[in-house]
Amino acid sequence: MAGSGWTDPRPLSPHLQVWRFHMTMLASIIHRATGVAMYFGAFLITGWVVALASGPEAYAIADYIINHPLAQIVLFAWAVAVMFHLANGIRYLFWDGPKIGFNPNTASLISIANFGFSIVAAAAIYGYAVFAT
Amino acid sequence: MTRKSTPMGSVRGLGSAQAGTEHFIHQRVTAIALAVLVPWFIFSIIHATKAGYASALTWTAKPWNAILLILLFSAALYHMRLGLQTVIEDYIGKSGTRQALLILNTFAVFALMAAAVLSVLKIWIGAGA
Repeated sequence: MAGSGWTDPRPLSPHLQVWRFHMTMLASIIHRATGVAMYFGAFLITGWVVALASGPEAYAIADYIINHPLAQIVLFAWAVAVMFHLANGIRYLFWDGPKIGFNPNTASLISIANFGFSIVAAAAIYGYAVFAT
Repeated sequence: MTRKSTPMGSVRGLGSAQAGTEHFIHQRVTAIALAVLVPWFIFSIIHATKAGYASALTWTAKPWNAILLILLFSAALYHMRLGLQTVIEDYIGKSGTRQALLILNTFAVFALMAAAVLSVLKIWIGAGA
């Protein structure tokens, strides 16, 4: 086993500059980006559960942070990320399972629809959270 | 498509790397679970947190919610460990950095798993129902 100076000579994934822009490509990039973003979001959600288990004082601090305007922006961005990753992930499941939606036009249209859906769904969730009794 | 694998190779379902198909399959199986659990979580957590600490605690202490929360954290953390592993393997070519990040990924996910599941269990058991 070589040290940290050694670099694996095998090729890495193709990088952005070799691809012509298309919608499924953008959806794929955003799928990854939202996945990585939610990875860090998981630390926040776990923090919330730990605060809840720690007692009312810890929960009050978590609650105070969540209600800060900056945290609300993060929360809304999180909802957009979750909704996009969910919708686009279901598109991938249809590819991998029943092999539906491989036609380039269909795949591009669904990709565009997923972007629209993620914003609308996140707005609906946020609105529901604000106005639900 | 002609299959070039031996019968034993077909049974094992492994490629030349002797691994990888299970990564692909686990990623998708956890995805199916999350496609159900995540909408449930978002809908429920909105109501659970509406009335502050006491209502959030009551909601988490309910057996079904506690069970589904543990399943959610398990599926999500497993899914995101696989996902970030792929991202690291795709973009980090330097061997030492890659190994370090892969180990860090595993440690982070297990730490979150322990913290989240023990918190839910504490609330559930603490409620004494």
